[in-house]
Formats: sequence, C-alpha cells, structure tokens
Amino acid sequence: METIILFAPLVGALICGFGYKWIGETLAMWVATGFLFLAAILSWVVFVTFDASAHDGGFYTVTILRWIESGSLATDWAIRMDALTATMLIVVTTVSALVHLYSFGYMDHDPQWRDGESYKPRFFAYLSFFTFAMLMLVTADNLIQMFFGWEGVGVASYLLIGFYWRKPSASAAAMKAFVVNRVGDFGFALGIFGIFLLTDSVEFAVIFEKMPELADTTVRFLWSDWNAANLIAFLLFIGAMGKSAQLLLHTWLPDAMEGPTPVSALIHAATMVTAGVFLVCRMSPLMEFAPQAMEFVVFLGATTAFFAATVGLVQNDIKRVIAYSTCSQLGYMFVAAGLGVYSVAMFHLLTHAFFKAMLFLGAGSVIHAMHHEQDMRNYGGLRKKIPLTFWAMMIGTLAITGVGIPLLYVGFPVGFAGFVSKDAIIESAYAGTAGGYAFWMLVVAALFTSFYSWRLMFMTFYGTPRGDKHTHEHAHESPLVMTAPLGILAIGAVFAGMVFYGPYFGSQAKVDKFFGTHEGGAHGEHHAATNVIPLIAQAHAAGDKDHAERAPQKAGHGGIYIGDDNTMIHDAHVVPKWVKVSPFIAMLLGFAAAWVGYIKRPEWPKAWAEAAQPLYLFLLNKWYFDELYDAAFVKPAQAIGRFLWKKGDEATIDGGINGLAMGIIPFITRLAGRAQSGYLFHYAFAMVIGIVVLVTYMTIAGGAK
Amino acid sequence: MSIAEITFYLFAITTVTAGLFVVVARNPVHSVLWLILTFLSTAGLFVLVGAEFVAMLLVIVYVGAVAVLFLFVVMMLDIDFAALKAEMAKYVPLAGLIGVVLLMQLALAFGVWETADGVSTAANLGAIERGEMENTAALGMILYDQYFLLFQLSGLILLVAMIGAILLTLRHRQDIKRQNVLAQMYRDPAKTMEIKDVKPGQGL
Amino acid sequence: MSADLNIILPEILLSLFAMGALLGAVYTGKDKLALPILWATAGLFVAMAFWIGVSGDTDRMAFGGMFTDDAFSRFAKVTILLSAAAVLLLGQDYMTRNDMLKFEYPVLVTLAVVGMMTMVSAGDLMVLYMGLELQSLALYVVASMRRDNLRSTEAGLKYFVLGALSSGLLLYGASLTYGYAGTTNFAGIIAAAEGDISLGLLFGLVFMASGLAFKVSAAPFHMWTPDVYEGSPTPVTAFFATAPKVAAMGLFARVVHDAFGGVVADWQQIIALLAVASMFLGAIAAIGQTDIKRLMAYSSIAHMGFALMGLAAGTAAGVQGMLIYMAIYVTMNIGTFAFILSMRRDGRDVTDIAALNMLSKSHPTHALALLVLLFSLAGIPPMLGFFGKLYVLQAAVDAGLFWLAVLGVVASVIGAFYYLRLVYFMYFGTEGEPLDQAMPAIQWVAMVGCAAIMVLGIVNLFGIEGLAAAAAETLVR
Repeated sequence: METIILFAPLVGALICGFGYKWIGETLAMWVATGFLFLAAILSWVVFVTFDASAHDGGFYTVTILRWIESGSLATDWAIRMDALTATMLIVVTTVSALVHLYSFGYMDHDPQWRDGESYKPRFFAYLSFFTFAMLMLVTADNLIQMFFGWEGVGVASYLLIGFYWRKPSASAAAMKAFVVNRVGDFGFALGIFGIFLLTDSVEFAVIFEKMPELADTTVRFLWSDWNAANLIAFLLFIGAMGKSAQLLLHTWLPDAMEGPTPVSALIHAATMVTAGVFLVCRMSPLMEFAPQAMEFVVFLGATTAFFAATVGLVQNDIKRVIAYSTCSQLGYMFVAAGLGVYSVAMFHLLTHAFFKAMLFLGAGSVIHAMHHEQDMRNYGGLRKKIPLTFWAMMIGTLAITGVGIPLLYVGFPVGFAGFVSKDAIIESAYAGTAGGYAFWMLVVAALFTSFYSWRLMFMTFYGTPRGDKHTHEHAHESPLVMTAPLGILAIGAVFAGMVFYGPYFGSQAKVDKFFGTHEGGAHGEHHAATNVIPLIAQAHAAGDKDHAERAPQKAGHGGIYIGDDNTMIHDAHVVPKWVKVSPFIAMLLGFAAAWVGYIKRPEWPKAWAEAAQPLYLFLLNKWYFDELYDAAFVKPAQAIGRFLWKKGDEATIDGGINGLAMGIIPFITRLAGRAQSGYLFHYAFAMVIGIVVLVTYMTIAGGAK
Repeated sequence: MSIAEITFYLFAITTVTAGLFVVVARNPVHSVLWLILTFLSTAGLFVLVGAEFVAMLLVIVYVGAVAVLFLFVVMMLDIDFAALKAEMAKYVPLAGLIGVVLLMQLALAFGVWETADGVSTAANLGAIERGEMENTAALGMILYDQYFLLFQLSGLILLVAMIGAILLTLRHRQDIKRQNVLAQMYRDPAKTMEIKDVKPGQGL
Repeated sequence: MSADLNIILPEILLSLFAMGALLGAVYTGKDKLALPILWATAGLFVAMAFWIGVSGDTDRMAFGGMFTDDAFSRFAKVTILLSAAAVLLLGQDYMTRNDMLKFEYPVLVTLAVVGMMTMVSAGDLMVLYMGLELQSLALYVVASMRRDNLRSTEAGLKYFVLGALSSGLLLYGASLTYGYAGTTNFAGIIAAAEGDISLGLLFGLVFMASGLAFKVSAAPFHMWTPDVYEGSPTPVTAFFATAPKVAAMGLFARVVHDAFGGVVADWQQIIALLAVASMFLGAIAAIGQTDIKRLMAYSSIAHMGFALMGLAAGTAAGVQGMLIYMAIYVTMNIGTFAFILSMRRDGRDVTDIAALNMLSKSHPTHALALLVLLFSLAGIPPMLGFFGKLYVLQAAVDAGLFWLAVLGVVASVIGAFYYLRLVYFMYFGTEGEPLDQAMPAIQWVAMVGCAAIMVLGIVNLFGIEGLAAAAAETLVR
C-alpha cells in the first residue's frame, strides 16, 4: 500500500506528461488527478490504521530496491513508515489531490497562454511529479533518498514557479528560488557528509542509534573544533532554512508567488516549505543532543515569525500577504521543533497545511473571479459576489488567527485548528524559554498575524469596490471544482486542531504512544481515564504523572526522539493562565486594529503610514533584504562572473588555449618542420645530440653510485 | 715493457690516428689511403693476439679488394666534397663541443672502468679448445658449431645485400639491341627469306 | 644440434622459401611470377603464424641460449607474420598498378621477416645484431625499390646511412656491455648487471637503447621516419609502419628485461624520456603536415612513445600493455593504410590530406570506417585504441610513473587534434574533386574489418589480453 501511495503520483505524472498527446488532454488530467486521489485515500487508510506499537521500534520499512552500494555506503530505496511519515503522507497527498482538482477550474483559459496551446497536462504532470518527489522525501529511510526527494521537489518547484515562462518575472523568481535553495542544500549536503563520515552510514535506523555517541565527539571543520552533534544539526538546519524560507534564506518565497496559485497552495504553503520542519523533526534523535543548535533554531524561528508578520502587515498583493504569513507560520513550527516538542511542530504543520492551503486556494478563487487581479487595493466588497469563497476565506482566517474558546478543555481545547496548534507552540515557547525572547516574539507575531489576516479579509470582501469597475461587475463565483476543495479544506481547518490534539500534544503518554517511542506501547494507558476529564488542572496532573513515569527512550525508536530530560510537553501544560490567554488577546487586539483601520476609519491606515513613513517603507520593502542581498551577493557575484567571463574565460582561458593552439603549437610544429630539413647530417646531428643528452643525463642522474 | 707491448701500442696508436685522418682528410682519396693504413695496422693487432688468419683476411679482403674498390668509386664519383664540407663546417663548433662533452663523459666512464665479478677473460672464448689447432680450424670449429646460427644469419644478410644490389642497379634496357645467340642458332634459313614478286606501278 | 634446428624451424623454412622463390623466379618467369610468389609468401606467413601460435607453450632455448622461443617471442612473431601478410596483400594491387611488383619484393620481405623473428627471439647481443641487420638491410632495399623515383631512392639512402649510424651506436653499446659483463649472452649479462652498475655499463645501456630507439623511431632518433615514410612506395610505408615496429619493440623489451632486468631503475629513466619526447614530438609535429603518409609517420612516432611508456613501467603489466598496444596499433595502421593505398584521383595516386575533403559525400562507407580508425588512433573511447592507451597508462601509474602518465594524457589530447582534423575534412570540409570510386576488395575488407575490430574488440579484445599477459610473464620474471 505504501508503495502504491508513493508511485501513484509518478505514474500519473508520466501518463499525463508524456501520454496526453495520445489519450487527450482531459483524460490525461483526470488520470493524474485520479491517481492522486487514490494516493490520498490510501494515505488516510495508512494514517488511521497506523499503530506504532504494532511494530518493532515504532516503525517499519518497505524496501523497494537495493539502490547504492559503494564501499561502506550502502542504501536501499525504502519507505520508512512511522507516525511522522504517516502525518506527512496525509498532508501531502490530501492537499495535492485537492489542488489537482482545483486546478481544473483555475488553470482553465489561463490568459498567459495563447489559443490552442497545450499547457494543462504539463501543469498536472509537474504537480504530480512534485507530489512524487515530496513523497520520496517524506518516506525516505535514509538521508540520500531524502536528499533526492529534497532536490526533486526543488526541481518541481522551479518548473512550477516558472510555469508562466512568458513572464520574465516568473522565470527570474524560479531561478531565485533555485539559487537560494542551493545555499541551503549545500549545508544539507555537508551535514549528510558529516553524518556519513562519523557514523559510516546514511540509514536513519543506523545513524539514530549512534547519535548519543556523536554528542561526545569533536570534529574539526573550518579551522576550529566543533561538537559533532551541534555542527551537523546546524548544517542540516541550514538546509531546512533554505527549503522552509527561514530568515536570511527567505527571500525566494514571496517571489515564488509568481507561479500559478494552486502551486503556491501546494508547494509554498502546505508541503514543500514544511520539508525543513519535517527534516528537523526527523532528525530529532540528533537534535536532542545538540542543544546549541536547537537554541539557534528557536531563535531563528521566532525571529522569522516576527519578521515575516511585520512585513505581511503592509503588503498589498493578496498572495504576498499569505506568503509572508506562511513564512511566519513556519517560524512558529521551527520554534516548536527547536524547543524539542517535535510533535507540536508536526501538529502545527498539519493544521497549517489545511488552513493555509485553503487561504491560498481561496485567494486563487478571488483572483480567478477578478480576472487575475492580485492587488488588494483594487478589491473591496466582494462578499456578495463570491459568497462561497468568502466563507471559506473567513474560516481560514479564523483558523490562522487562532479563534477559539480559551481555557476551555473538553479532552481537547475548543477552537479552530490554528487556535489549538498555535497556542500549543506559544505555551511551549513560554515553558521552554521561561517567558523569554521566543515567547514574546511569537505573541507579537500572533497579533500581527491577526491584523494582516483581517486586513486582507476587510480589504477584499468588505467596503466599497475599488479598482476597475468592469472587472468588479464581471466578478463571479468559481466553479464547483474550485469550491469543493475549499469545502473539504474548511472541514480540516475547523476540526483538525481538535481532532488531532491528543496524539500530538495531548499528553506525553499519548504522544509517546502515537509516535511509538517505546516498545510495546502499553505505557501510559492508565492515564486514558484521567485525560478525558475536562479540566485543565487535571490535564496538568496527567502531564505531571506522565513524565515522572516515562521510561528513557531508546535512540532510534519511534517517529521522534524525546530525550530523557526533555519534559517540554509536560511543562507546556503547566504554564500560567495568562500565558494561555495571551495569544487570544493578541488576536483580539489585531482584529480590533484591523477593524478600526479598514472598516471604521478607512482613512487611518494612510495616516499611520505617513506618520511613520520610514517604518512603513522599511516594512513595505521587506526590511530591505532583497536590496541588501542584491548589493552584498548578487552584484558582486555578477561582477565576479563578468570578470571571470571577460577576463578569466575569454582573455585567459580562451586566450590561453587559443594562444597555445594557434600560436605556440604551430610554432613548435614549424620548428619541428624546420628541423626536418631533409639533410642527412642534420638528422645524424639530432641523433648525436639525443645520445649526448641521454648520456649526460645518466652521468648526472643515473650514475647511481 | 716487452716488445709485444711496444708493438701493440704502436699499432694501436697508428690505427686510431689513421682512423682520425680518414675523417678529417680534405681529399677523399687521401681518406681512402688512411683507411688502408687503418686496416693494415688493425691486421697487425690481430697478428699480435695470434689470429693470423683473420689478419690475413683483413689484408686480402679489405685492403686488397674493398679499399681499392672504394678508391675507384671515390675517384669516379664527381662529388664536390669541399662544398659538402663547407656546408657541414657551419656546425663544426657546435659539433665539436658536443663531441668534447661526449668524449669527456666516456673518459669518465673508462676512468672508473670496472668489470663484473669474475670476468677476467672473455668467457665464451675460454670454452674453445684450441690446443694445437690451427687458426682456420679453430675458426671453423666455432663458426660451424657454436656460432652456427650467427654464421647462417650472416649468410642471409649477404644474400639480402646481393639481392638489393642487383635489384637497385640491374637494368634491362628495352631500347637497345641485344644479341640473342639461341635465336640466331635456331633460325630456320628457309623462313628467313621470302621472295615477293612486285608488279610495276603497284608496290607491295 | 637437431633439437636446436627444430626450434628455429619456422625461420629455416621461411629462409628456404625465400631462396627457393628467388632461384625459381630468376630462372623462369622473373617478374611474371611476382604475384604468385607474393600470394604464396602471404599464405606461408599466415601458416607460420598459425603454426607458431599453436606450437605449445614451452619455453625453449637453442644454440646455448642465443635463441629463445617463449610465449613472448611467439606473441610477437604471430603479430609480425600476420601483419606482414596483411600488408603484402594490401599493397599488391597498388604495386601492380604502378608496375613496381618485382619478384624480389616478397623475397626481401620474407627475409626481413626472418630478421624480425630472430630479433624477438634473440638471446645474445650478436644474434640481436644479426637479426637487426638482416631486417634493416632488407628494409633499406625495399624503401628505395622504386629506383627511378628520386624520393624513393633518397628515402632508401637516408634510411641506410642513418641506420648505419644507429647500428654503430648499438654496436658500441654492445661492446661496452661485453666489456663489462665479459659475455654477449643475455643470461650472462643479467647475472653480471645487478645492483649498482658501473658507469661504463650504463653508457652501454644508453647506446644500445639509442640504437634500438632508432629502429622504433622514437624521438630524437626518429628523424628518418617522415622522409622515409613519404618517399617509399606506399605499400612499403605500410610495411614499415607495422611489422618492423613490433619487432623492434619486442627486441627492445627483450634487451631491457632479459639482459638488464636487474637494473630496471636505470633504464626506466631513459625509456621514459624517449617516450615523452616521442609522444610530444609525434603529436605536435604532425599538426602541420599536409601529406597523409608523413602524418602517419608522426602518428607512429607518437604511438611508439605510448608503447615505450608501457615498457618504461618496467613491470609485467607494462610489457603486457606494450604488447596489447602494439597489436592494436598494427591493426589500426593496417586499416588506415588500406585506405591510403586506395586513394586515387583520376587514376593517379594521391597522398594529399586535402583529397579527403568531403569524403563522407562521395564514399560514405569509407569515411565511416576511416572515422572509426582515426578515432581509435586518437584514443577516443570506446574505440580499441583508447583501451590500448589505458593499458599503458595504467601500467605507468601502477609503476609510480605518475608524471609520465599525465604527460601521456596531455600528449594524446594534443595528438587528437590532427586526427580530428582529418575527420573534419571528411565530414565538414570544402567540396573538392572526389576520389575515385574503385577500391580493391582486399583493401576494402581490410579497412572495414579493422574498423569493425576497433569497435567490436572492446568486448574482450579478442582474448589477446590473456596471451599478452602470458607473454609478459615469461619475459619479466
């Protein structure tokens, strides 16, 4: 079954991409979509029936083929199935299947293409190929396979961002995404090399068991000694930073919005960009032994969450707002992962996939309705025109801003998906940093999130229509193929948080059970009764007891590794009440500000912007990262490139080769030709000289006495 | 120093000096004459080591036949040796230098000359049981027994030389008349002459 | 004695055949018999090759160690005989056409082959010299066989004079060696020359190596090669480029291993220097050539450099590589000369490179076969020539001569240029007057067959790898 899930998208991609000429466009697209739905359904079956305790070590492996054997480097192409993989499977296949379906509507009659041009099967083939690569990444049972998936999604992302190749900006964005990701991949590759160097293996099952030793190893790298675990964790995280668009390597993500909107929903919201989070969680056995690297992850995640939220405040392009929102939410996930609550990171990844995909698809629906107009300043009052989209977007906004009922606990907190998972992260952040930097950054980011999300809603759906009248008059609701996915995702956005609260954040015991961290899985079952009691205090007690009895986890066991002194899940449950309420309050504040600014007093934002002109410009220009990079890297690189091209390549190498080939060699040839004079005594002379040289050489060098 | 040694050095020095003059003599005829002197003194050296037969062969074959042939060839050839030498003279300084270098190195080698352990006389020659045998007989023993292969190969080389000489020089000229004795002898007189009756004014 | 004669029976038979053919032809049909004699000679060569090839695998000595019959000599002899037979047949049409086919030609070739066979079997400095001279003298004669042609006679004369000089060097070296070791027998020399050897013996080695280098036309003793290749009748050139090279290489290997096997480090340097000089000179000087025969001369100089590289390794692997290289080299050259022999325009032979212009249009098959052969000569994978180079490079690297291998690669890159230039002419050149269509069947078969070997041989090199290894094993102990 796992094999079918993995290969169905590939088969779909191949049939659709290469076969559409024979089977027709429509059928090709349906084949690709059908295969993905098959994969999605099977994924859910796998997820629901997955029982970590039934397998030795909490995971099982499906070997597909013997892959690489070279010296001590031996890897299979195999599927590693554990809770982590199962989670990613449903995220990837579900969103992908829905995006396929959605694309039928969205990609129809795309103005980027001329009449009669066949672009849709290609698009579907790319989407399916992407899905395959992503599945390869998440099902990997070794680092090499993961790296291939990692690069596979990179390629697919490149192809899809640049799908509108007639637009120069799309091509540039595709290139940028690719190049920036190379920086991250370099770190990732170095990390893989380091792991192979130190453990002599790339297979997760093997390297995880060796991780504790790594913590006591020192390696020499770049002129100084490092703790091996920290160094490798850091290198791997650089890879994650690139793929997940964390600060410093985030610049490609907003630009990637040049791709078609379904792509943004699938790749740049739900799946590929979360690969970094997945990587950190997957490498949890390593991360647990790398405290310094983890601190860095927390710091960077929190900073990214804050930074992206601030930029999101002032963007006008509807997709860019959501893109920065994604960036910010990824920061949340990294904070959770960095704190050691990997399950929470995965939890937010899961819920985020639903509501963010929905927001993107909703935005796509708006864009579709508005004839590919993306500037929110030209929207307004669309609520009546596209009611289904409006409601979907509303649910998405409620989810991302974290609307719920604080402090109520009925076996799980009550609220939209984002409420449950984001609060879990913020509580963890408080517990993990003792109310420090990360916590406050996240709370502020939550406020901003609320503001820009509501700002988006208000600017788009409320107020008076702005912009081109004609466009507004012709705004129409999207077809069923586009609204149906929105509906499905809406269900997820509402309920995912509450349904999956237990296995990801309910209590240490439940997490342990779900991720199969301990042999047998019987551990912690006696808590089942206490956990349903709808009182927070008792939840605390449960958490308390829970950890006291937690047996040390064997390295390499289960989907994630939770170190012996890692009591984060428990700690996060016993934070003060004001901490638990704080994100809610932040959300309310943000909502209020947005309401005032865009419903009550629409003229205020302008005044704000003018009052704080430098700040506004600073945010509008995304903290000037692009300009900074342009000046610091792109320009010098271009200069170096031009120098190497003109001076290095053309002058030195071409010149040298040409000089050698056209100048020196013919010269020597002529010389040899002149020596070949035809005169006998010249020839004899040459022979005598030859023998004298040899004899002299022997006298000097060979007379080995 | 015994008489034999004095004689040896006399012949040896003569050989080397004459050899040198073969090369440097301006007149090619002189060169050939110097060559003859070289052969003669070499023959003397052979006599000293008791190889009278070889010595006589040298005198008869080389001096008597080869050198004289050379002399004829050199005299008949119309080659301006002076011009050739002038052309080569350009290289004399360089050639001289190289020659000196080579000579010095060879001197170096001969200065520290040594032989392998246990080599006092030529090992193979010691195997020949000469006894009271004469020179010719001893040579025959070696040539037809121990050095049979070499002897036959020498024969082949000479054969090749002969074929080559004929191939490269013998010409059957087609444009000259030759006397064919057999054809003349077997001629049938009856067929040699035919009488035609030529009618006036018609021709044949 | 009869046992000894038994061992040299192939040589005896060939000599008797040569003398018989000579007598027969002189007293009967003379040049009218040339063609039958030529065919008979070729047939005899093939038969001898077959006989030697299957004559068992024992190592035997004859005439007190003067003559060796071992796997090495057998490998070399088979190669010599087969290539000589092939070249004889290839040139037959050309010689008939140009009215050069004299009955002495096959006879001289036979005697030259006897010399070559003696060379590769030599176990004594004197036998070495006899074989060498027998071969050389015959070659001098055939080089100037077209005696009315100024170039041909000039070629023969140059070859003769320089050959005499090289013989002098060789003899001088041999006398120094004899002076040191007290014997001319290889077995005796190798026993004497061990460890630190005296400068005198070292010089003897150098002089002998120089004399042999002349025969394999290694730089800087190569000067005769281009002139002689160009001046000689093309069939003779083809002959020069094949069998004598194998024989001289075999002799070289024999001397350095059988006689000087104890002082590998000493001669290694000499041969490595010769190899480098040859590879580079062959590669660079060939670039400016416009005559394809001259080009082939430089090509063979470069190839000899590579073969010498295998020898310079001083190991069994090196000798094996050298033998394989020579076998491949000979095959490539037979194929290429088969084409060169067929180059005619308006009934006249041409050897100008420009005549190849747009060969692909007028003779697509020929162009393709020649392309394969040239690629192989250049050492471009997957042609067999590449594997030949690979073998010797591998041997050099394994022997620690890394610098030599690197220089070899550089030289082969430079050398690839002129082969590719020919290919360029054939496929992208300017349209010119095309060559004549006709090509004798033998030449066609030889050319296409050799080209096919270049491609098919990569499977297992037709098994010569093992034979060469066995041959090398007997030489390098």
